[in-house]
Amino acid sequence: MRNGSAFKRHLKLRKIKGGLFSTLFLGSTLVGTLVLIVLLADVLRDSAGWLDWQFLTSYPSRKPEEAGLLSAFFGSLWVMMFTALFSFPVGIGTAIYLEEYAPDNRLIRLIQMNISNLAGVPSIVYGLLGLSLFVQALALGRSILAGAMTLTLMSLPVIIIAAQEAIRSVPEAHRLGAFALGSTRWQVVRRIVLPSAFPGVLTGTILAMSRAIGEAAPIIAISALVYLTYIPTNPLDRFTVLPIQIFNWVSRPQEDFQHLAAAGIIVLLVVLLSMNAVAIFLRNRYQKRTEE
Amino acid sequence: MHTSIKKWFELLVVIPVATVLTAGCAGQTPAPTSGLSGTIEIDGSSTVFPITEAVAEEFGKLHPQIRVNVGISGTGGGFKRFVVGETQISDASRPIKDSEKEQAKKNNIQWIEMPVAYDGLSVMVNPQNTWATSMSTSEMKRLWEPGSAIKRWNQIRSNWPDRPINLYGPGTDSGTFDYFTEAINGKEDASRPDFTASEDDNVLVQGISGDPNALGYFGYAYYVENKDKLKLVAIDGGSGPVLPSVDTILNGTYKPLSRPIFIYVNMAALSRPEVKEFIRFYMTEGPKLVSEVGYVPMPARAYSENLTKVQ
Repeated sequence: MRNGSAFKRHLKLRKIKGGLFSTLFLGSTLVGTLVLIVLLADVLRDSAGWLDWQFLTSYPSRKPEEAGLLSAFFGSLWVMMFTALFSFPVGIGTAIYLEEYAPDNRLIRLIQMNISNLAGVPSIVYGLLGLSLFVQALALGRSILAGAMTLTLMSLPVIIIAAQEAIRSVPEAHRLGAFALGSTRWQVVRRIVLPSAFPGVLTGTILAMSRAIGEAAPIIAISALVYLTYIPTNPLDRFTVLPIQIFNWVSRPQEDFQHLAAAGIIVLLVVLLSMNAVAIFLRNRYQKRTEE
Repeated sequence: MHTSIKKWFELLVVIPVATVLTAGCAGQTPAPTSGLSGTIEIDGSSTVFPITEAVAEEFGKLHPQIRVNVGISGTGGGFKRFVVGETQISDASRPIKDSEKEQAKKNNIQWIEMPVAYDGLSVMVNPQNTWATSMSTSEMKRLWEPGSAIKRWNQIRSNWPDRPINLYGPGTDSGTFDYFTEAINGKEDASRPDFTASEDDNVLVQGISGDPNALGYFGYAYYVENKDKLKLVAIDGGSGPVLPSVDTILNGTYKPLSRPIFIYVNMAALSRPEVKEFIRFYMTEGPKLVSEVGYVPMPARAYSENLTKVQ
């Protein structure tokens, strides 16, 4: 009898403990979610009535009711396009080399370690590197191309590491099977490894791109422009990007510009989310196809 | 399977390119052309930016073919680009320094200085502060000088309350900080370091309006936009306390915290008709726009003198 009651008491304690931890973990999940909801609600409230067609199709102006983010929007689009164009192939190429071709020696381990470290370098450092390397040494000027190359440097480590993880998760048996049928290394990479690693590679790329589109610091070092009244038409044009435009509006004294900044943030979020949506859509389609 | 990779690349590349091109065409509206074209690159002080931006905006309506790019690297950052010939015009909230002059000379850059407006530095407290209605420049100096030991209001005047004093001011890279330290402490960049510093004047506005023990300084234009949240402190430069206003800044009685702000123009660039036209426009239409964006215009004579330098 005594044993039974001790067991019951113990059971109760264990159940309480279990409940406590589940609430604790739910709590930590809610912290992040709540902050996001508060942020979104705040921004939506501030931007109410300001996010209209006129805002999307106008150039910056000293008059809040006439100001828009056309030049910044297309600046961001141009820069992201080239960043994706440069960083995607180079990133995947590096990951394939490191995972499939590279011998396991000291040099490769050193390269690997450096890539991991580069992923943690603050973005302004890349901005200054881009300023001296692309803007000055390569004489690209403060152009879209220089900005995109700088963001490429910043995105590469993240893309490489994510792609490596994805490639590593392809079962060795698949590779060996293909080799056994007489495939060359390249055939294995192209037909076996890449297709099944692709969803993972895509996720990493999108994460890196999402970070890049929200970066103001490196672009301020490359092109500290805030007043620009044309849509760039070639990669060597001067440019500005959404985060810089938003930053400039936030620092204006007139309250109406704070509303514009909020509207700008919404646009930036929409661009970001649609980028993610496209990636998720492609990834799901791709995953299905590899499973078939 | 590799066809899917190809498709993916198509989506990645073709869609953005197509969007850029189509929207790029759709966004252009036909406008009258003046025949002038080219690019004018301007960078520098964020204090002068609102004026130059307003001028560029109005100028752009008349000359849509001329691209006027305006940046805000700060007065020092702007001069760095100006003295190597990267920009044609530099916005400056203080006169050019000797070291900057030397660099310009080394790079064979000749320039003209043009004052375009006055900016009053306003000293502000929280609206709940009923005691600090005026302060003399020597009290300001005792408060702000390097090594100042003042931590409470009654250390400035003994009949002021025994409450802590919290200081706010612009960051050390700003021309406003350079000017204030020079005018109050007698030496540029000499300031006590223990104040809340921000390059973003809105942060200062929020700090002072939310802190009953606050005292801070920044450009008059920012005060004008936030009148209801802040209270001005009259400054006594030796002939009685004076509040900053358009009148006192213009007639010079608000001393020593009003200063001229400038644009610097590259002489060689003036031979380009679009740059010359921009400066001409700046000096004729500028005064109107200066007051619109919250600054105090110079006397008309100053603008006409600037104009003669161009011709």
